[in-house]
Amino acid sequence: MVTIGPGEGLQVELQSSVAAQFGRQIKAVITETLEGLGVTDAHVQAVDKGALDCTIRARVTAAAVRATGKDVWKD
Amino acid sequence: MFVPGNNPGMMADAHIYGPDSIMLDLEDSVTMAEKDAARLLVHNALKSIDYGNTEMVVRINPLNTPYGKKDVEAVVKAGVDVIRMPKTETAEEVRELEAEILKVETEIGRVGETKIMAAIESALGIVNAYAIATASPRMMGIALGAEDYSANLKTNRTPGGAELLLAREQIVVAARAAGIACFDTVYSNLDDMETFRKEVELIKTLGFDGKSIINPRQIEVVNSVFTPTEKEITKARAVVAAIKEAQAKGSGVISLNGKMVDRPVVLRAERTIALAVAAGVIDKEEVL
Repeated sequence: MVTIGPGEGLQVELQSSVAAQFGRQIKAVITETLEGLGVTDAHVQAVDKGALDCTIRARVTAAAVRATGKDVWKD
Repeated sequence: MFVPGNNPGMMADAHIYGPDSIMLDLEDSVTMAEKDAARLLVHNALKSIDYGNTEMVVRINPLNTPYGKKDVEAVVKAGVDVIRMPKTETAEEVRELEAEILKVETEIGRVGETKIMAAIESALGIVNAYAIATASPRMMGIALGAEDYSANLKTNRTPGGAELLLAREQIVVAARAAGIACFDTVYSNLDDMETFRKEVELIKTLGFDGKSIINPRQIEVVNSVFTPTEKEITKARAVVAAIKEAQAKGSGVISLNGKMVDRPVVLRAERTIALAVAAGVIDKEEVL
């Protein structure tokens, strides 16, 4: 689950069952996804249970779209 | 095999079970509150997961809902093989979808790559089956959606499927007339594999190319019914070999074990061999 709130810069708080092995990579995927969407300031809380990168990207994008109200698809 | 578009675990693992085709669902298995998230999950899964040779299909929401056009954009941009159009009733609806697909394909420079499968799920759809089947060069197959169809007929589904007979036959005939594939509806009682097998046997006899399923446990049954037996393969090989020999001699009609072998027999033999190759029981090289 990914929750996005207001913040300064990109702060990622991660709880993951695989944090020791993949924590850095998961945070990088979250940050890259947000940067790709033009989000530069946000506080992100992510609870991960070993999801694939593509799932993390989808969850982060969905949270950002809901938080900003700006969809990635055309209307 | 249907896979809910809001279940990343199933989407990641589905191809391991070896279905011919995976159908990620954005329609009935996803609640309205989750449509946006599921669309993103499906888009990212299609772009990232290596599904090998498995044909990737996405069932989108109807275009007349707030979700349909966004679904088209998301899945075409992710390179989906086939879009399954739900609740198709007219050829005009197919052409609307075709126009939406073309718009997105033009934007990404991938024109003509996305195929369409139309699910027919109402009496009107059955009446218009041939028009739907021939509405677009992208149409690769038509399929029956039996739950909605039965409700529309004001009847219930029964184990024997009497209520679906006309619809099934209409779909097979329309597909064959149009030169495309046809797929039967799902069977959702996973605890009754015996009735499921009977249903697969029935739809194979009717002429369907395959059956939609909802669980990997159903794959083996469908494959075993559709895979030709050794005896059928041997007979088909003999027919094909005999006709090749006859053609080499300049003759179109042959006799095999005292029976006349004409074109329909050859066509059936060729289909048997194609099914055997598809099922992996004979090697493609052996046929050539």
